[in-house]
Amino acid sequence: MRKTPLWHGIVWYGVSIAILLVMLFPIYWMFMVSLKLPEEIFASPPVWFPSQPQFGNFAALFNDGDVWSLWNSLVIAGVSTVVAMVLGTLCAYAIVRFNTGGENLAIWILSQRMLPPIAIVFPIFLAYANLGLADSYFGLILLYTAFALPYVIWMMRGYLQDVPRDLEESAEVDGLSALGVLWKVAVPMARNGLIATAIFAFIFSWNEFLFALILTRTEVITFTVQISQYFGSQSTFWAKIGAMSVLGTLPVFIAVTMLQRYLVRGISMGAVKG
Amino acid sequence: MTDAVLTQTKLSSRSLKTGRRAIGWRFATPAIALILLIGLFPFFWSLAVSFQNITGSNRAGIWVGLANYERLLSDLRFWAAFGRTLLILAVALPLELIFGLLLALHFQADRPFKRLFVALLVLPAVVSPMVAGSMWRLMFDHKFGPINQIIAWVAGEPVVLLWVIKPYLAFWAIIITEVWQWTPFMFVLILAALANVDREQLEAAEIDGAGRFRVFFKIVLPAIMPVLAIALLIRGLDVFRIFDAVWQLTRGGPGNKTETLSIFMYIRGFQSFDTSYTAAAVVLVLFVLSVAVTLILKRLRIAR
Repeated sequence: MRKTPLWHGIVWYGVSIAILLVMLFPIYWMFMVSLKLPEEIFASPPVWFPSQPQFGNFAALFNDGDVWSLWNSLVIAGVSTVVAMVLGTLCAYAIVRFNTGGENLAIWILSQRMLPPIAIVFPIFLAYANLGLADSYFGLILLYTAFALPYVIWMMRGYLQDVPRDLEESAEVDGLSALGVLWKVAVPMARNGLIATAIFAFIFSWNEFLFALILTRTEVITFTVQISQYFGSQSTFWAKIGAMSVLGTLPVFIAVTMLQRYLVRGISMGAVKG
Repeated sequence: MTDAVLTQTKLSSRSLKTGRRAIGWRFATPAIALILLIGLFPFFWSLAVSFQNITGSNRAGIWVGLANYERLLSDLRFWAAFGRTLLILAVALPLELIFGLLLALHFQADRPFKRLFVALLVLPAVVSPMVAGSMWRLMFDHKFGPINQIIAWVAGEPVVLLWVIKPYLAFWAIIITEVWQWTPFMFVLILAALANVDREQLEAAEIDGAGRFRVFFKIVLPAIMPVLAIALLIRGLDVFRIFDAVWQLTRGGPGNKTETLSIFMYIRGFQSFDTSYTAAAVVLVLFVLSVAVTLILKRLRIAR
C-alpha cells in the first residue's frame, strides 16, 4: 500500500464536510424554523439562528390538539404494517418454499408496487364515499396494507430465501406443520430482516401524503395532511409547519440510523445487498 | 440414479406435491386477494367509468364510447403534463446519478468517521417528500428564504428570484428539491455496489499500470452497471408518480406550468370533478406503465 500524504486527508475531510453542509442544510433549516419565534420566521433577510430558541411552536401543537394527527399516523401506519407483515410473510413463504405462482406471481406483485398512487386512489375514493369508509381508520388501514404488501412480500421473499432449507426440512421431519416451520424456524432465522422490513414499510406509510390527503377530512388526518392544512391562501403557519415536520421526521431519522446495515437492501427493494 | 428408481420417487412424492401446492396457495391467497382488491378493482372501475360521461354534477352518466379518450389525446394540457413528467425524469435522473456516483467515489475511501458521514448523508432520502417539499418551499421564498440570500452573497449583489412564481424557476425549484432528496438514494446504492467490486481485479489492473480512468471505465463501471440499472428503474418509476413535493412547492402552478401527470389527474378528479375524464387518464397511464414495468422487470431479471 502506498502511503498517502497528509494533505490528501485534509482535502478529503474538507470536501466531506462541505458536502454534508450542503445536503443537511434544509434539515438544519427545518429544525431552526421549529425553534424560532413565529415573528422571527418572517424576518427578511432570514435569520440563520434563532435569537431565543424556544419550544413554543411545539407547545402550540399540543395545546391546539394538532398532535392527534401524529397519533393517527401512528395508528394507521402501525396497524397496516402489522397486518401487511403477517399476510406478506405468509405469501412470501409460499412463493419461496412452495413455488406458488412461479416467477409470474412474483413479478406481478412487484409491478403492483410501481403503479402511480393517484390512479389507484381515485376510484378508491369514490368507492369509499359510497361505502362510508372515507375518513375512517379502517378505510385508510385497508388501503395502506394493500399498498405495503408488495414491498413486504418482495423483501421477505429475499430474506426467507436466505434461510437454510435443511433446517426447515429437518423440522418438517420432526412433525411440524408448514405453519409451524414458518413460525418456529424460518421467522426466527429471518428475524433481523423481518424487523428491518417492518420498519421500512412503516416509514413508507408514515411518510405517505397523497392517499391521506384524498381519503381524510377531519377525523383521521395524518401528520402530513395536517402540515398541508397549515398552508392557507391568506397566511401560512410556518412555525407549526416547522414543529410538525420535526416531530414527524425525528422518529424516522432515529429508526433509519439504527437500521444502517439494512438500509441499502431496504430501499432498493432487495435488489442490492449492502 | 436409474429410471426405475426415479419413477418410484416421483410417484411417492406426487401426493405430497399436490398437498404442498394447496398449502402454498392457502398461505398466499389472503395477500393476493387484498392486492387484487386494491389493484384490480380501481382499474376495472376506471375502465367502465371512462366510457361514460360522469362528472361531479352529473352522477348518472350515459355511455359515450371513446369520447373521453379522444378528448384526452387531443388535450394539450394532458400532453404538457406528460411531457413535463418526462422532462423532470430526463433532467433529475442523470443529475442524481452523476452526483450519487461522485459522492460514492468520494466516500469509498476508508477513513475515520466515514460511517458517520454516510449515515448523515442518507437522511434526506427518508424525509417525507411532503415535508421536503414544504421545507424547500420556505427556503425558496423570495423574502424570508435563505436561497436568494446565499445567491446574493455569491453574486455580491442583492438578488430577487421569484422561485415558485416564475414558471422556468419553478421547474428548477422542483428539480433541485428532487435531486436533493434522491441523490442520497443513488449514493448509498452505488456505494454498496462499489464495495462489491472484485478487489483482485482492481489490484491486478493497478499492477498492470492502468490509469485511474481506465480502471474506472473498464472494470468498476461494468461491475456496478446492474445496480445502476436497478437504481434508475426504481427512481424512474418514482418520478412518474411524483406528486407530494411538487404539490407543496407549486401546486402545479403558476397556472398549470408545473403540472405533472399525477397533479393533472388530481386536479381533474378532485378539483374539477371531471370523473369520467380522469378515469380515462387513469386507465391510459395504468395501461402504459403496467406494460412498461412488466417488460422492464422481465428483461432486468431482478426476479432471479
